[in-house]
Amino acid sequence: MTWLSIIVAGVLTYFTRMAMIALVSREMLGDKIKAVLEYVPSAVFPAIIFPAIFINDFGSFVDMNDPKIFGAIVAIIVGYFSKNIIATILTGLLSYWFLIFVVFS
Amino acid sequence: MLTKKQLFTRGIFDISPHMLSVFPFGIICGAIGVELGFNPYLVYAMSFIIFGGASQIVFLQLISGGASSLVAVASVGIINSRHLLYGAVLSEYLEKLSFIKRLLISYVIVDQSFAESNKFFKKNNTEQHLHYHLIGTGCTLWVCWQISTLSGIILGSFVPEELGLKFAIPLTFIAIVVQDLKKIDHVIVMITCGLSSLLFFDAPFKSYIIISPVIALFVASLILRLKK
Repeated sequence: MTWLSIIVAGVLTYFTRMAMIALVSREMLGDKIKAVLEYVPSAVFPAIIFPAIFINDFGSFVDMNDPKIFGAIVAIIVGYFSKNIIATILTGLLSYWFLIFVVFS
Repeated sequence: MLTKKQLFTRGIFDISPHMLSVFPFGIICGAIGVELGFNPYLVYAMSFIIFGGASQIVFLQLISGGASSLVAVASVGIINSRHLLYGAVLSEYLEKLSFIKRLLISYVIVDQSFAESNKFFKKNNTEQHLHYHLIGTGCTLWVCWQISTLSGIILGSFVPEELGLKFAIPLTFIAIVVQDLKKIDHVIVMITCGLSSLLFFDAPFKSYIIISPVIALFVASLILRLKK
């Protein structure tokens, strides 16, 4: 039963990847829609970022002094100026670890 | 004009930094499946059949928590529905490909491969074989995902939980959008999406992941109207 659900979930997921590329031609979307689609990365990724920072494993909001908020701010500043993905991730993680292992321990 | 091989290699190069977060996440994902008591073959098969990190974890947690298969499948579908938006953006660059090629390339479209290849496509839209960049980013991520979930399944969670490596996931996406903070319209769209995701976090089937982008894109369309 679980196997069957995984296969159905897989087909469904594949459909979400394939539908707009294989079944819909670009002309079917007007110029206005194309202009709005420019914003897709900015409109999608914060929905992954915000909950991962502001909501804990138990589904409630974190405190204002949560180490993850601090780590995210460091990552944003470093990322903005360095334009370097590795530097962004590492400084975010290191500042987060510094807080949980050194300051708050 | 870049060759197919150069584009493919460039794709691998562009997505590699994100493996810093994909790898630990894959290990966590594989280890969770086994810890929840699922058949290891089943946990691994998900990486191949579904190939979508967050949705795989949600699926396993729901089933082990006693939810019906229907609820679990619906949640996976809703969490992954954001790919429809990625496809709509990428279709412009892939429409010259044959139907079969479009079917094949669709399988490797994930968050990071979309983000990095879309950035590359926008800057180099005169290149002829652009899709090789997407094959490079997508296949690199696919291989890493298979290896990392498999290691999590076999070795268990050998990354200590205290390290909180799940935090690498939001960091990877911060790295993707951070340069757009220079543009005020993008900042407004990002804040709209982020706040909506917190507001609708408890909506059924994890639907905040698609509700917030829809709201944010609506705000984007209002911004475009004001700009004119």
